[in-house]
Amino acid sequence: MIKIENLQASIDGKEILKGLNLEVKAGEIHAIMGPNGAGKSTLASILAGREEYEVTEGTVDFDGTDLLELSTEDRAREGLFLAFQYPIEIPGVSNINFLKTAINEIREYKGEEPISAKEFMQMVRDKSAIVELDSKLASRSVNEGFSGGEKKRNEIFQMAMLNPKLAILDETDSGLDIDALRIVATGVNKLKTKDNATIVITHYQRLLDYIVPDFVHVLFDGKIVKTGTKELALELEEKGYDWIKEELAL
Amino acid sequence: MAYTENELASDLENQEYKYGFVTNIESEQVPKGLTEETIRLISKKKEEPEWLLEYRLKAFEIWNNMVEPTWAHVHYDKPNFQDIIYYSAVKKKKYENWDDVEPEMKATMEKLGISMDEQKVLTGTNVAVDFVMDSVSVATSFKAKLAELGIIFCSFSDAVKEHSELIKKYMGTVVPVTDNFYAALNAAVFTDGSFCYIPKGVRCPMELSTYFRINEQGTGQFERTLVVADEGSYVSYLEGCTAPQRDENQLHAAVVELIALDNAEIKYSTVQNWYPGDKDGKGGIFNFVTKRGLCERNAKISWTQVETGSAVTWKYPSCILKGDNSVGEFYSVAVTNNYQQADTGTKMIHLGKNTKSTIISKGVSAGKSNNSYRGLVQIHKNAQNARNFSQCDSLLMSDECGAHTFPYIECKNSSAKIEHEATTSKIGEDQIFYCNQRGISTEKAISLIVNGYCKEVLNQLPMEFAVEAQKLLAISLEGSVG
Amino acid sequence: MEQVINTENNVDIVQPNGVNGILPIELKEKATALLSTLSFPTTKTEAWKYTRVGKISNKKFDIQKSQISSIKNYVIDPNGISIVFINGFYNASLSKLSDSINVSSLSEISEIEKNKIGKNIQLENEVFNTLNTLYTTDGAIIEIKANQNIHETIQIIHIITDNKTISNTRNLIISQKNSKASIIQAYFSENASETFTNVITEVIVKENAHLTIDKIQNESENCYQIATEQISQEQNSTFSINTFTINGGLVRNNVNINIEGQNCETNLNGIYILKGTQHVDNHTIIDHKVPNCNSNESYKGVMYDKSTAVFNGKVFVRKDAQKTNAFQNNANVLLSDDATVNSKPELEIYADDVKCSHGSTTGQLDEDAVFYLRARGISEKSARQLIVSAFIADIIAKIENENVKEYIFKNLNENYNFEL
Repeated sequence: MIKIENLQASIDGKEILKGLNLEVKAGEIHAIMGPNGAGKSTLASILAGREEYEVTEGTVDFDGTDLLELSTEDRAREGLFLAFQYPIEIPGVSNINFLKTAINEIREYKGEEPISAKEFMQMVRDKSAIVELDSKLASRSVNEGFSGGEKKRNEIFQMAMLNPKLAILDETDSGLDIDALRIVATGVNKLKTKDNATIVITHYQRLLDYIVPDFVHVLFDGKIVKTGTKELALELEEKGYDWIKEELAL
Repeated sequence: MAYTENELASDLENQEYKYGFVTNIESEQVPKGLTEETIRLISKKKEEPEWLLEYRLKAFEIWNNMVEPTWAHVHYDKPNFQDIIYYSAVKKKKYENWDDVEPEMKATMEKLGISMDEQKVLTGTNVAVDFVMDSVSVATSFKAKLAELGIIFCSFSDAVKEHSELIKKYMGTVVPVTDNFYAALNAAVFTDGSFCYIPKGVRCPMELSTYFRINEQGTGQFERTLVVADEGSYVSYLEGCTAPQRDENQLHAAVVELIALDNAEIKYSTVQNWYPGDKDGKGGIFNFVTKRGLCERNAKISWTQVETGSAVTWKYPSCILKGDNSVGEFYSVAVTNNYQQADTGTKMIHLGKNTKSTIISKGVSAGKSNNSYRGLVQIHKNAQNARNFSQCDSLLMSDECGAHTFPYIECKNSSAKIEHEATTSKIGEDQIFYCNQRGISTEKAISLIVNGYCKEVLNQLPMEFAVEAQKLLAISLEGSVG
Repeated sequence: MEQVINTENNVDIVQPNGVNGILPIELKEKATALLSTLSFPTTKTEAWKYTRVGKISNKKFDIQKSQISSIKNYVIDPNGISIVFINGFYNASLSKLSDSINVSSLSEISEIEKNKIGKNIQLENEVFNTLNTLYTTDGAIIEIKANQNIHETIQIIHIITDNKTISNTRNLIISQKNSKASIIQAYFSENASETFTNVITEVIVKENAHLTIDKIQNESENCYQIATEQISQEQNSTFSINTFTINGGLVRNNVNINIEGQNCETNLNGIYILKGTQHVDNHTIIDHKVPNCNSNESYKGVMYDKSTAVFNGKVFVRKDAQKTNAFQNNANVLLSDDATVNSKPELEIYADDVKCSHGSTTGQLDEDAVFYLRARGISEKSARQLIVSAFIADIIAKIENENVKEYIFKNLNENYNFEL
């Protein structure tokens, strides 16, 4: 699905990623953990195509295409979805209008017909149920006046609507109470198929109780320094990131 | 959701000004230039009564002693008033029925999206239209149906002949001849326009619409609109404007007068899309318009404006809140791109007790344009408990454009409450990125964001107009963000 | 023998023989040439739309030296230094200067030094600036040396006295690099009627300098004043000006700030409390010419009786001034049906990556709040005073100089029984 090789990137001349390697196959869930400032959100931003970051080295192959060559919207149209850590508010633009625009632009890119109003509304009803999102929220302005939990659920709702190949969840658990966390995680699990993949970026192990990863990677100082299974996450939670530092003599 | 950005997509294929065509139809013109003779000629051609000729000549005399105002935040070469054709009429002036209309004219209307064919009008989209091309009203639809309710909706010229008493009584009472340079000019040379009278207690069952079109080269358009809503009546009035693409600057100097008698309500919506000039600022319409409404007791006047056109716009639709408990509203979106200049806003004059006004103004500036809000809120001494709320926002889309806010707040009554807020900000890069990440292109993202930003105003428009307005916003801003 | 000069609109200024304007001859020549072409502004002049100057333009004023017996009531900070002008003439015996602080009177500096004056003062179309240029009798010249941090308050005290006198002073304040100082510029009248104080203060705030001016206007109800501050700020500097109009018949303030260097901070605050037939007009211009600067402006006014307040604040953000943050606010409370307020907060913006906002409110006291206080046993009068005090409290809180704060408290208390 996605193969990242020796990815190096910087912002304002400051090096953030220092040779990152990662491969995610269809049907897999990968968790990326790491202390603050390790480069977790930078990785998400670079994959989504934020222009502030400069990629200095490395390649990213996304299902056979060179991801780094694509514009942000074309990456999205190819099936890459980023659930934002801080979802953006767009006053006056309804969630529905926003999503319909997105879906039809993606369809147009793929040479498909626009979605019919009926089909679209049915989809809204079905998908909003997945994240227990009040259907009223769907007609409100994008993220405007949403609570923190509603914003995160709205991200997963959008993910459900756009049905991406690869979803990157950037600290989707941050700021969520346990109930909201469960709803969000259940939503993500329901959307899981053998053909798509998920990268979960998180600081805390608790999300991984609900979204069980196949692999856990530790990102430290711009590189993946350790890879394991979900037990690694538990160990990290218990021993803290200093443990990794000591164990790897970093 | 009856429409979304996506459904507009196909309409947006053509990025150019799509109303820039010329109708090839025979017309009759008076010679260029403005003298007393020109005015006498116009009046004669229109078979006007003596009193109206007198009115025109007086206005001309007043205009001759006035100077063109310079206080607006716009720069342009002053029109040469002797180089304008003041009267240009479609030769075959009045059509008895729809079948008489020349194919060219029908085609023009079709291109403009105006439906005059009463038979073909679908239920639910009832709009009666008066179509004014250059100097004269070409056709008015639904006249008979409206007449059953006692509603008069006709061209100004017809009104002068058929409803002379009403015209005499109300014309010039809200915008006097002496009001300003362009109002005086209009009073002297106006050629046609629309007149509408809603009798006591009648709620007009359909939208009334005037469509203004400048067609001939070298002409100016000077139309007058007069809407009188008698006691307890209601009317929603729409106004649309387009012009061909020409290298010259053409002058449009209209006067609109609204009179809402006790307990009446007038909703006046404009989608103004005069030719704005080309990318280098060549050509385009000078739009210098005086629009004002008078509210008697418990009356309400609501102006909604979506303006994307004209090279230079100078316009302040106003409300004189004369009657106690009267209400004035102004909702405006003004978009400027390339070299367009707009100095627009409103005046809310509070004279009566418990009068209320609301001003929502959304400016969008792109390219090298300049967009100014200029508004006056005036609370007179006897206007007890007057209330005003103003919100004037500016959105900047390029680093070469300008967005300015000039509110004038004058208060002479201590029980008044006036609030004015204004913000100026850039279109959010985070918002664009968020849209991009959902697969939406930058152009489309901007269109979405701008429409969202203008929503409070667009919501005030009748449905068909709202769709039109959204399309216009998108077209006007195509290619404006790099 | 005296010389009388007429301008277009017949203002007469009587200049006694032997007393001449002391600015450099070239400036005076330019002013003389212009004066014959200038006329007084009318309400058709946009910048004077709400202020009539007829009271000034149709009078005959005398330039006249005078004396007062004591300065005691006019010294705001007894520990600070002070330079005193009576009717626009320097009074050495009432002044209190210090060797370590570079304060002198314009009449005492060399002709060469005088050439620093008038660089940024526009004369074209500015009749009052032109009159000032022609007739300047004296003024304060203050230089805060580089790296100097002055703890004492520097006070410029202007007193006008007698009948139909005019005072034309020109002050120059230069804050050199990395310096810090606080200046009080105060205006009073003593036994004065129908006087005209026409003052210009030029201020240059150099790199990384910090300067605060507290401007206190407390002339009597039948005095007229036009006070202009022309400020230019260089990079990394901070400039604050607080304008307190306590009294005066007709007061016009022009605060013009040019921000020429990046990373500047600019603060403008003002309070005007008016009664009787007072007319106070605050005009401010903040011109952001370069990127990365912040400006904050807040003016608040309370109007009693038949008074009139005018606020016209203009913020320019020029094409290159990206990342400008500019905030402007004007709030007014009308306490009488005969009082008037005209507010015109303006933004003129030519850059896109900016955050600018302005607000203007006009209203009255919150009657619910008055009722609440009365329900707690506070008299209606006190309740109203308390709420008015609360209205201006945030601006008062911005005053750093305790003596200034105290002086304002004392005066508002005497004039309006405010409990501040």
